[in-house]
Amino acid sequence: MENHLLSILLAIPLVGAALILFLPKDKESLIRWTGFVVTIVAFLVSLFVLYKFKPAFPLFQMIDQMLWINTLHTYYAVGIDGISLPLVILTTFLMPLTMISSWKSIKKKVREFTFFMLLLEVGMIGVFISLDMFLFYIFWEFMLIPMYFIIGIWGGEQRIYASLKFFIYTMAGSLLMLVAIIFIGFYATEKLGYFTTLVTHFYTIGPELPVTISRWLFLAFTISFAIKVPLFPFHTWLPDAHVQAPTAGSVILAGVLLKMGTYGMIRFSIPIFPESAKYFAPYVSALAVIGIIYGALVAMVQKDMKKLVAYSSVAHLGFVVLGIFSFTVEGMQGAVLQMVNHGLSTGALFLLVGIVYERTHTREISEYGGIAKITPVFSTLFLIVCLSSIGLPGLNGFIGEFLILLGAFQSAVLGSWAFSIIASSGVIFAAVYLLWMYQRVVFGPVKNEKLLKLKDVTVLEFSIISIIVLFIVWIGVYPTTFLNWSDATVTNYIMKSLRQIGGIVN
Amino acid sequence: MRNYIYLSVVFPLIGFLINGLLGRKFKSEKVSGAIGSGAIGLSLIVIIGAFIQTLGLPVEERSIIVSLFDWIKVGGLSVSVAYQVDQLSLVMALVVTGVGFLIHIYSIGYMHGDKGFWRFFAYLNLFIFAMMNLILANNFVLMFLGWEGVGLCSYLLIGFWYDRKFEKSTTSDAAKKAFVVNRIGDFGFLIGMFLIFLNFGSLNFAQVFAKAGIGNIPESTFNIIAICLFIGATGKSAQIPLFVWLPDAMAGPTPVSALIHAATMVTAGVYMVARCSIIFASAPMALGVVAVIGLLTAFFAATIGLVQNDIKKVLAYSTVSQLGYMFLALGMGAFSAGIFHVVTHAFFKALLFLGAGSVIHGMHDEQNIQKYGNLKKYMPITSKTFLIAAIAISGIPPFAGFFSKDEILWEAYAKGGMLFWVVGIMTALFTAFYMFRLYILTFEGKERFDSHSVHPHESPKLMTIPLSILAVLSIVGGFIGLPAIFAGEHGNLFHTWLEPIFSPATQKLFSGAEHSHFEEILLMVLSVIGASASIFLARYMYLQKTEVAAKISAKFQSMYKVLFNKYYVDEFYQSAIINPIYAVSDKFLWKIADIKIIDGLLNGLASLVDKSSTFIRRVQTGLVQFYAFIMFAGILIALIWLMRSF
Repeated sequence: MENHLLSILLAIPLVGAALILFLPKDKESLIRWTGFVVTIVAFLVSLFVLYKFKPAFPLFQMIDQMLWINTLHTYYAVGIDGISLPLVILTTFLMPLTMISSWKSIKKKVREFTFFMLLLEVGMIGVFISLDMFLFYIFWEFMLIPMYFIIGIWGGEQRIYASLKFFIYTMAGSLLMLVAIIFIGFYATEKLGYFTTLVTHFYTIGPELPVTISRWLFLAFTISFAIKVPLFPFHTWLPDAHVQAPTAGSVILAGVLLKMGTYGMIRFSIPIFPESAKYFAPYVSALAVIGIIYGALVAMVQKDMKKLVAYSSVAHLGFVVLGIFSFTVEGMQGAVLQMVNHGLSTGALFLLVGIVYERTHTREISEYGGIAKITPVFSTLFLIVCLSSIGLPGLNGFIGEFLILLGAFQSAVLGSWAFSIIASSGVIFAAVYLLWMYQRVVFGPVKNEKLLKLKDVTVLEFSIISIIVLFIVWIGVYPTTFLNWSDATVTNYIMKSLRQIGGIVN
Repeated sequence: MRNYIYLSVVFPLIGFLINGLLGRKFKSEKVSGAIGSGAIGLSLIVIIGAFIQTLGLPVEERSIIVSLFDWIKVGGLSVSVAYQVDQLSLVMALVVTGVGFLIHIYSIGYMHGDKGFWRFFAYLNLFIFAMMNLILANNFVLMFLGWEGVGLCSYLLIGFWYDRKFEKSTTSDAAKKAFVVNRIGDFGFLIGMFLIFLNFGSLNFAQVFAKAGIGNIPESTFNIIAICLFIGATGKSAQIPLFVWLPDAMAGPTPVSALIHAATMVTAGVYMVARCSIIFASAPMALGVVAVIGLLTAFFAATIGLVQNDIKKVLAYSTVSQLGYMFLALGMGAFSAGIFHVVTHAFFKALLFLGAGSVIHGMHDEQNIQKYGNLKKYMPITSKTFLIAAIAISGIPPFAGFFSKDEILWEAYAKGGMLFWVVGIMTALFTAFYMFRLYILTFEGKERFDSHSVHPHESPKLMTIPLSILAVLSIVGGFIGLPAIFAGEHGNLFHTWLEPIFSPATQKLFSGAEHSHFEEILLMVLSVIGASASIFLARYMYLQKTEVAAKISAKFQSMYKVLFNKYYVDEFYQSAIINPIYAVSDKFLWKIADIKIIDGLLNGLASLVDKSSTFIRRVQTGLVQFYAFIMFAGILIALIWLMRSF
């Protein structure tokens, strides 16, 4: 059974989704419970995966592989390593929370909603565990469909524009990747005698590609990932998508979907094209650093809470990309951890914004003020999450950002302190935009009389946020638990990459 | 006891958690206050125990590290949650828990009746927790945790009364300002850490300082590192150019001003520089910067203090000024003199703030000293203790401030030269003047309040007892650092105690050029005479000839205005930095770059595709004749083309 553990994990939400279709449409609470239980089961199975996972083994493990399309030598191949493991757990962890959180907010077409959410989970897990490029690509594209509907059906007023923009933008990017995958597949035919899309084959073939070809292919992959991240200047789909998406959509979008871009960079862009990755590292990092500052400055002037959080994601993901392209153990470990951190902190921020939005139907910052007195528990949770996002030491964000900046600072590949120094100044702006928003929403006298009737968080809402806060503190105080998962994998990964690009070992 | 030093960190944390999670449910000030103060009391006991134990040990055994667990271990980086117990950290810890404990007790009385009583104690405990981490950390990263942690508590406590107005804005504006300005400093601290890691391969004090002592790293590197760290210190310890947050921090409840913004947190920068003494000693240029910034800050803040009318504002600028003294000492390489002033300053400045709190409490939240007068009639204990503190800060022997301040002035003269001494002594004279202006306007002279509506009263015992204890410390606290010329064969006890910590740095800096005792005593006498003269001048201007003060301020109106408005530094920052950044972000980055250019390009691309396909669609007319015509034309063209090639 252990061999098929990942396949089982993948099958659970898929079977769950099929099950939902057979439930009667009007039994909403049955549908909701089913959806919730399915995600919980998936979470438990992922914990079992964690239990079986051997952190000291630096390569893919729990591999489940079988020939899928004979003529193309394409495999159904899944496996996991220290880099994908945290992301899989993050996905299965956030899913049940978003499921419950949408019990109140999603009122129409509950069955369809639950169905799409479960499909989304299939896609996300699939992306993180695929070991065949073809399979990866299918999950990557497949995921767009449920998300398109989630934004397009349950979204805000301009949901059609936003969902279409999201869909076409990411689609356009991934077509580039598809061309590149096919190209390498054919290149493999010359080398190995057969067409292949297995990731492990790509790892051996990729580095041998002629330089100019490798450069173009690197760009094709990386632009497609950069759109997903989103890296400046490919980010403009994000604020629209976030603002229009329902809370659950925003949480998953920020919490998991964006990580697929950075994950792709780690999994494919660098190991398949190490030389090109090194060549482009300063350029990609420059965009990342611009994103950090730019995202923070634009976030600062937003008037809509969701938009503010959306732009803050641009800044946060900029840190992750910087860490990845630092080619250092510290930077990469920081990036992997920061992906999880951002999922928790920004996920929680969207949930919190959703909680007040449900009550007041506005996200305009200026409509709020002085709610500290009216909703003290909400305000406290909100503060902790904001501080985590600001990167306060003792909470999760600090560990990730610190490692990334430390790594980038010493990076021989980047070759300059400037990246890290400019990025570090982002910590100042993060404090400005988040604390300023917090202050305008929570502190001060109550100006808007409608707020006087605002109810504090319910027990359910409190539990959801508290679970996330628990991990926010845990990672901040004792990150070793989580760093251990990826330690061996990342160390091996960096050593290998550095060997491939000419042995600059710090 | 010192092996259990972590308990002194854990108790405040427990106190914070209990009050933070359950305080709302207690609905009892007694319970919340007892838990909050008790936690710090226990910490104090642990620290006293560790201190006594360490006193009894031979010098070479006085420093140990107590490790708890690995915190961040990635690649080449390995830092633990581990505490450094040595002479320096124990001195600081004694001050923090000792003064902290008294202020907790005081707060039970001061915060009586406040709706956020439990929240207040939760934050105070969290502060002590963070501060203890800052002091006891054995590595830079844990120190940084404490460093930012105290900044957070400062933020929470400045904005404690979050719905109140403060001057032109609100308390939460002041809180945010404090946090953000501190973060600017923290940015420097961060870069400093990265540089240290790059050059020393570690962030643990022991490894870094050992390597720094060997000295195979170029001076320029040391200079950059030290400057970066010092930027951090200017933020936390309110030095030029980042001092602007501290006066606004007075928006918080007064015990907070006493604990965080006078006695402990703001001295963190001094402590950090002292802790890194070997790095600074290897960076002569940076050390010079520290000295000059310290001196300038001391002087300018004192001039602002001369004309302020808000009782807490005067004390705030006084704090900035005194912190400047401490940095002046550090910059002269007189690290233990700097720490000595941290200690005595903690006593008398906490006393001044708590006294001010007592006055504000008794005067129904009035803070304008022009509306006080003759309060000694109503508040005998407050007025006496306040007078003691005022004498101490003015540098009148044998009160605490005299010894520490005079030592700094002496070092300034001996190592910096005449100019440093002159500016330093002028600052001291200003200090004595504004302190007594404050004292006289508040406690003496005529009553300038409406005695029908305002009924001043002495504060409860919970508040006056801490005042009395601090008063005693302000009188005798200086004797721990009695100058060698008076102390006889044992020398300066305080210096001897800290000597092992600072000796690598001082050995690097000085090779023992001694000035004569005669000079030292002469300067001492001069400064005492000067301070006394200032005090008498203040008495003359504000008690005997009250019209003189008004005349002077009228005569030097423009200068008075500049001082009263604090050299317009806030206004300058607002219009030169904050407004432009906001305007560019809003008007350009968002509304033009993001919406018009990037998104506009994208939507333009989309509409281009849309338009061109609308155009191409026209080809598909559905008319068979049209298709036939096109086909015919096509064949014709093809034929012509083919024939041409024959």
